[in-house]
Amino acid sequence: MKQTRYMEISVGLFVAAGMIALFFLAMKVSNLTSISSDAGYTVTAYFENIGGLKVRSPVTVSGVLVGRVSAIDYDPARFEARVSMEIESRYDNLPDDTAASIFTAGLLGEQYIGLEPGASETNLKEGSELKLTQSALVLEQIIGQFLFSKAQEGAK
Amino acid sequence: MEKILDRLQGLGVLALNVFGRLGRGSLFLFHTLVIMPQLWRRPGLVVRQIYSVGVLTLLIILVSGLFVGMVLGLQGYTTLVDFGAQESLGVVVSLSLVRELGPVVTALLFAGRAGSALTAEIGLMKATEQLSGMEMMAVDPYRQVFAPRFLAGFIAMPILAAIFSAVGVIGGYVVGVDMLGVDFGAFWSQMQAKVDFHEDVMNGVVKSLVFGLVCVWIALYEGYDATPTADGVSRATTRTVVHSSLAVLGLDFVLTALMFGDL
Repeated sequence: MKQTRYMEISVGLFVAAGMIALFFLAMKVSNLTSISSDAGYTVTAYFENIGGLKVRSPVTVSGVLVGRVSAIDYDPARFEARVSMEIESRYDNLPDDTAASIFTAGLLGEQYIGLEPGASETNLKEGSELKLTQSALVLEQIIGQFLFSKAQEGAK
Repeated sequence: MEKILDRLQGLGVLALNVFGRLGRGSLFLFHTLVIMPQLWRRPGLVVRQIYSVGVLTLLIILVSGLFVGMVLGLQGYTTLVDFGAQESLGVVVSLSLVRELGPVVTALLFAGRAGSALTAEIGLMKATEQLSGMEMMAVDPYRQVFAPRFLAGFIAMPILAAIFSAVGVIGGYVVGVDMLGVDFGAFWSQMQAKVDFHEDVMNGVVKSLVFGLVCVWIALYEGYDATPTADGVSRATTRTVVHSSLAVLGLDFVLTALMFGDL
């Protein structure tokens, strides 16, 4: 009888340890805490070049994370990339002339979308399109422009 | 001519044996699964088996998880520091643990520690005719012996894998942050930014469920199918460890390709 009780208690502790481990993985290791449960609203923006932007890349305002990229696809009619981003519903007072730019965190870091609020009276809502966009800086293009301008200087 | 015919015959016998074992194994699995719902009335049987396959395996899981995490921390650091990216150490450690090493190494250890014990136990039960004795007394050995062990392995494996991953992350943290001086905040925040709960953690759990099913199935079936002699039981135990390890490693590739292949 005592044996059985010991067994039951140790199995209980074992299962509890497993739950704690899973809880630890969920809360401390993965991003479960940073996902807001409310769906937020989705806005889209068109970019000429998205560089290395990926689905789930961060969307920030003044460096603060306000949402994530939810979908990226190519619009064959406009020859541009259409980026949908989901913004948390508590940040619902962004003006509708907000500008979106693709930045790089650090020299080799991942790319993210930085939003710069404009001055419009009306706010962004579900399905709005951000008209002012700035594409990702592609390193090869910058180097190419630099070399081109240097060559022109040399020609003068 | 005689020789060639003998060879061909041998090949045929081999093939028939392989398919026969596969068929018996599938029937065995089916029979065990069908009887499973009856366990609701006998939870004590399952608890005892969880104790022997889960709780007793815990120590080896804890120790190896800690060391695997520490090695990952050390190796990851020496590679990443060349690129000045040692802040990503947390990502390296946690992703490799949660996605791959946690489920796989746990399953390999489980096959060695618990699977072999299950095979030997059931093989010996068969050799001493306890199984036929049960049938004689109208006690279904599937309900009394196989189903509780099956369910216990199925429950214990994901728990063990989760513990392995968690302890491994702590091991990587100890080596990376406490000993090698990676920044404490960056270690966790980069990890949280990159590891997705549903994509990574839950897929790891699914993997360990599949491995648990396969490992217990192989272990129980090898015991059930063992030749009832000392030699037969020892060979069945060896086969359990070898077949489970191969099955786990092979399945891991398939599951990884299914889950993370598009990344």
